[in-house]
Amino acid sequence: MSSDVFLRTDTPPTVPAQKVGAFKPGLLLHESHHLCPGCGEPLAVRMMLEAIQELGAAQRTIGVVGIGCYTTFSGSLDVDVIQALHGRAPSVATGAKRMRPECLVFTLQGDGDMVNEGLQEVIHTAARGENVTCVLLNNGVFGETGGHMTATTAIGQRTKTSLDGRDSAYHGHPILIGDLLAQLDGTAYAARGSVHNAAGVAQVKRMLRRAFETQLHGEGFSLVEVLTMCPTGWFVPTAQGPGYMNEVLGAVHFTGELKADGTLVTTRELIAAAERRAAAQQQRADAEGT
Amino acid sequence: MSRRLMEGSEAMAESAIAAGCRFFAGYPMTPFTELLEHFAKKLPGSDPPGVCVNAESELEAVGMAWGALATGARAATGSTGQGLALMQESFSEITRAELPLVIFNMARGQGDYFQATRGGGHGDYRHIVLAPIDIGEAVELTQLAFHLADRWRNPVMVYGDYLLAHTSEAVEVTPIAVDPLPPKAWAVDGSRGGSGHSRNVNPLGMEKGRAGIDPEAFWNRLAEKHAQIAATEMRVEAEACEDAELVVVAYGTPAKFVRYVIRELRRQGARVGYVRPITLWPFPGDALARAVRHARRVAVFEQNAGQMIDDVRLAVLGAAPVEAIGGISTDKSGFGVGALLDTERIRERITRVLPGQEVHA
Repeated sequence: MSSDVFLRTDTPPTVPAQKVGAFKPGLLLHESHHLCPGCGEPLAVRMMLEAIQELGAAQRTIGVVGIGCYTTFSGSLDVDVIQALHGRAPSVATGAKRMRPECLVFTLQGDGDMVNEGLQEVIHTAARGENVTCVLLNNGVFGETGGHMTATTAIGQRTKTSLDGRDSAYHGHPILIGDLLAQLDGTAYAARGSVHNAAGVAQVKRMLRRAFETQLHGEGFSLVEVLTMCPTGWFVPTAQGPGYMNEVLGAVHFTGELKADGTLVTTRELIAAAERRAAAQQQRADAEGT
Repeated sequence: MSRRLMEGSEAMAESAIAAGCRFFAGYPMTPFTELLEHFAKKLPGSDPPGVCVNAESELEAVGMAWGALATGARAATGSTGQGLALMQESFSEITRAELPLVIFNMARGQGDYFQATRGGGHGDYRHIVLAPIDIGEAVELTQLAFHLADRWRNPVMVYGDYLLAHTSEAVEVTPIAVDPLPPKAWAVDGSRGGSGHSRNVNPLGMEKGRAGIDPEAFWNRLAEKHAQIAATEMRVEAEACEDAELVVVAYGTPAKFVRYVIRELRRQGARVGYVRPITLWPFPGDALARAVRHARRVAVFEQNAGQMIDDVRLAVLGAAPVEAIGGISTDKSGFGVGALLDTERIRERITRVLPGQEVHA
């Protein structure tokens, strides 16, 4: 996981520097969509398309798109797409992969799609070790219907169906889907990233590449969960989206690799390790200060 | 392939694989279970090798078949009434995605006629429903199901039951003659990525490269297709109707009992005829209307509280009185093999409604 933190600066970068916002990704047919300002989904999708292109897999990719705001990409991604029902993408991906094992098959689902409606599907697909990659765009809210509570909504988070904030006694607890899937033997790779800042976006791309490589090597099921901003569904000003996400969702759905190379790390352990790092840093700062 | 004694489930699986079915997914449920078993046994060793997944639920079974179909493979799923009820949402969407799904419905009797012909899913959609009378016909109709599904890019259901799935007949799986089909240019194989011509198998009417959807035009196009299917794919078996005073309508395996009795009564001089819809949808209403032209009475034998009788009445349009002579009849398990499936009882019920015979009833 340390490779995510350190960037090599002793050699020139393999890819020349480029303006991220200045061009349309190659695997996008048009830029028209109906997503709101400040939405994090296009960022995550962009990283996914770049990862596919960098791996040279564009001519053998099949995407299975769920139902949510991101369904708009079903018509604009320049890769073969099967549009699935809400929650059912992992099964559809299973059928497609079994008939086209040479293809890179991914699902694109939201938290309502994967963790609410389709929880059973994704669990069984992972347990089967199905050689597909499920990509979760997790914003902790039903964005398309206008901001309702999902199974990943953080405790205290306000939604239209938890107006005073999610109360565990009344609404139950959020599901850490990454942890749930990582512990299954069929899962080869599981990671959770966030697109709230540039480092997070870059990390998400590395995770997606890693997941796709896992699939291309035939190692089994892979999951990349991406926290994406939804200021509209959270009822916060657009500019506050990334900060709100990092503080509210990011605190619960803490980012990092949950399973890689056979090593399982729980979200709780990720948080504990981050706290230890912060404490050590504080100690060093204090020592330097004295 | 030679003639062999086969259980109906095995014969249908053999026939499906011979027709090129390469993917099957299902969830065990009586009396469908054996069909799944046979696919699980036969598909991996077929040439080319196929895949059978023992899915974790009916919802997943139909989803897997959906994905396999989208790649252009011939694929099928199945269950019995309850399991098919779980699949209805996907059935609707698969119809809208214009995918050639074949559904094996091993029903618990005939109580699922409405489910099969009306469907329980959302929106305007139609499935071709083929109801074989016996295993020999099931072998043919299974192949026809795959052909028609591809021909129309529309789901086709094979409506069988406990008797069809669990009894055995000596049958031979011989290919049926069919017209050539166009290539599946719509299927996804991943190869078009980045070319600007990638594909989209989509139930919402979304098209690649075009923003937004036009549901009204899309749904109208599907309705037009279903009207064409209704006009061209009716299949029916009719016997001895030309001078029949009584025409008995029945479908599926119970129709074999009815046909036996009708032939017996004919030999004895009774002016009785018989009509069997082979396609439950499109219902062969025109053929039925012609068959009952001279009839004084129409009787419907079905093992339920009265479902197909609605379609019979719509076809007959008051030209003759239509009477129900079947009814709910099942064994204790509820699988539909009831006491009414008996030629003596059926003979008694038919005789009771023979014009001129009422006084003896």
